[in-house]
Amino acid sequence: MPDAVAPQFISVRHRDETAELGMWVFIATEVLLFGGLILGYLVYRHAYPAAFAAASRHTEIVIGTANTAILLTSSFLVAWAVEVFAAETRKICAGLLWAAIVLGMTFIVLKGIEYAGEYREHLVPGIDFNFKANEANGAQLFFVFYFVATAIHALHMLIGIGLLAVMATLTWRSPSTRHRAALHSTALYWHFVDLVWIFLFALIYLPGRSS
Amino acid sequence: MTGWRPPLALVLAWFALLALLALTVTLAYVPLHAFNAVAALTIGTIKAAIVAAVFMELRARGPRTFVFAGAGLFWLGILLWLGMMDFLTRT
Amino acid sequence: MSEDNYLNAGYSLRSWFLTTDHKRIAILYFASLIFFFFIGGAAATMIRIELATPQADLVSSDMYNRLFTMHGIIMVWFFLIPSIPNTLGNFIVPLMIGARDLAFPRLNLLSWYLFMLGGTVTLFAILAGGVDTGWTFYTPFSTLYSNSYVVLAVAGVFIAGFSSILTGLNFIITFHRLRAPGLTWYRLPLFIWSLYATSVILVLATPVLAMTLVLIAVERVLGVGIFDPRIGGDPLLFQHLFWFYSHPAVYIMILPGMGVINELVSCFSRKQVFGYKFVAWASMAIAAVGFLVWGHHMFVSGQSLLASLVFSFMSFIVAVPSAIKVFNWTATLHKGSIHFDAPMLYALAFIGLFTIGGLTGLFLACLAYDVHATDTYFVVAHFHYIMVGGMVTAYFGGLHYWWPKITGRLYSEYWARASAVLIFFGFNLTFFPQFVLGAEGMPRRYHVYPPEFQVWNVLSSGGAVILAVAYLMPMFYLGYSLFFGRRAPANPWNAPGLEWQTPSPPPEHNFDTQPVVTRPPYQYSPDFEAEPQNA
Repeated sequence: MPDAVAPQFISVRHRDETAELGMWVFIATEVLLFGGLILGYLVYRHAYPAAFAAASRHTEIVIGTANTAILLTSSFLVAWAVEVFAAETRKICAGLLWAAIVLGMTFIVLKGIEYAGEYREHLVPGIDFNFKANEANGAQLFFVFYFVATAIHALHMLIGIGLLAVMATLTWRSPSTRHRAALHSTALYWHFVDLVWIFLFALIYLPGRSS
Repeated sequence: MTGWRPPLALVLAWFALLALLALTVTLAYVPLHAFNAVAALTIGTIKAAIVAAVFMELRARGPRTFVFAGAGLFWLGILLWLGMMDFLTRT
Repeated sequence: MSEDNYLNAGYSLRSWFLTTDHKRIAILYFASLIFFFFIGGAAATMIRIELATPQADLVSSDMYNRLFTMHGIIMVWFFLIPSIPNTLGNFIVPLMIGARDLAFPRLNLLSWYLFMLGGTVTLFAILAGGVDTGWTFYTPFSTLYSNSYVVLAVAGVFIAGFSSILTGLNFIITFHRLRAPGLTWYRLPLFIWSLYATSVILVLATPVLAMTLVLIAVERVLGVGIFDPRIGGDPLLFQHLFWFYSHPAVYIMILPGMGVINELVSCFSRKQVFGYKFVAWASMAIAAVGFLVWGHHMFVSGQSLLASLVFSFMSFIVAVPSAIKVFNWTATLHKGSIHFDAPMLYALAFIGLFTIGGLTGLFLACLAYDVHATDTYFVVAHFHYIMVGGMVTAYFGGLHYWWPKITGRLYSEYWARASAVLIFFGFNLTFFPQFVLGAEGMPRRYHVYPPEFQVWNVLSSGGAVILAVAYLMPMFYLGYSLFFGRRAPANPWNAPGLEWQTPSPPPEHNFDTQPVVTRPPYQYSPDFEAEPQNA
């Protein structure tokens, strides 16, 4: 079904390619957003290597690994949904998106459980923090970074879940080329949130495990 | 119903990502000292490249999209390199 | 107005506040920016009155801190950064490239609402009592010790930052995707090249500021954070993150001004810009190299010597593309047919004042001299020469140049020229003495000073009075022109750009038929007649 495009565009394809390019520019801004945190992390890991390693050992690697697997799978499902977006397969497409949403919510729930555990272990700077004396400073810096980075990441996930829910609902009813472009952009956003987590996982959960 | 199967590339990418995840967690427990960090970040970069190339379809896009996608990374590199330069060279 | 245009295409509040027309959004921004300029200017007025005497007689130290902070925050984030891109850029860009609108018109409107929301939050912080940290929010004072509304202020700037990011995103995509047929990259006016470079900085630098402001807020709320020296944090990390954005930010502020100057110098010399490709790529070079120099704000902060040397060297390099532009503008004037209309007066003023500002920047890039001059009035004078002598001058020049296109009215050339001359005179009287003050050692951000500095301070404050009057004059004659000015033709300056090939003011849809571009920009025949880009 041909749908009209806004006057500044000459065709559907023109509009859709423009939307995708726009999303890539937005992703570039997000790279720099998290980049500031990464600089802070690297500065203090360089200054307090032992404390950072000790602090890393106090993170929940089981939850972290499970969450990473969950996110990677949700990305797979979203990419799959984009591939099968069509009028005939719209219910499958929507179903895949809902499955990705469920995985996303699972991630959030596990993160909440993780935060609760860290609170019980007195690892929350500014609220309740207690660590071995000679490593307390570096560890506290690590945990400030940990909470800020994972909270902002979780916020991005919640936004992504919201966007996926909107797309799943629209796809279930009557997908159009406009929805295809929107789904494509949403999918790019979701994959990017996954990318950020891949690096956060490597920086937060893995250091110090072998000592 | 035809057309619902995921492309093989997507499935292979997914398996590869999970395998790399298992690898990186396992390697973290092997005492490789300074190389642990290198290994973790290298594997992370490979996973990121798979997500970008396959899931985000970068391998099917032209040079302009590549530049746009890479620009953020390049500028992040500037921030990290020049930023760390101060902290690494203090006496 | 006799014909249908974007101004009479609807009179309801809804048609203005829910518009997606880039021209109306430009007007919305313009009105908001006048408002913020007055607030920032009010702070400057109080500062200059206080500084007329060596003692603290008008305000307390604490109040003075709040005044210069407010002046900086409002002028940087709520006036200079959005000024040309969001008013002249929003209005002129689609016209200049032969498009119906920007790529994402609704995002454009969202940008304005975010800007207003950020401005409201910041104003609330000011009215509630203000901030006393300086616009630079240095830690640990801002995070641990300041008794002022830091979180509110950074929240306002954070929100406005997203307005910036969306604007840059919109422009980049528009330039790539919405150019008219035949409008290749090397046929684009240099205003567009400058805005492209500006947009790259907007998009890549602002997010780092956003994160840095979040970290300030986290540390203030939690009482502990990553800049906290008591737990081993390094306050210099804040400075690196802050200046990674804030140095490129000054290029966000000046590049659009340089873009306008290209248009003015060529139109009023009746000549194409000399060395088009050099100027185009110089804009991109300024944007790129501008990211590599931020440490020159930190020479005496405790940064490593190697870092200082690298940043000093790069700061010399970044001056080169700016100098290339100044040379090329000068060469454009050579053997041109010069017309001293008001926009040209502003352009000529820009070239001179920007050169002074830029050269004094080289003084500051020099490590040894900066140790003496940092945190003195030398720095204040340097950046005001660029920001006010350069950027605000260019803004006024562009405003006068495109005023007939935007409003469909002609202003009084006599009053416009008088105003331009008075601005030039008032500006130099205000800020040149500050170079002397800085070289003699008067520190910035102090309202009490040794009596031997009073002469220069009085000159500066006197100049500020003249400057204030001069800046108020356009309000009157431009405002008058809105109601009583002669109606403007489509092309009052006889210029070749696409924006002049449609009526003044333009119809809502910009062009009746899609323009097709056949020529490079700035083409004039040997008898100085314009050759339109789409003829």
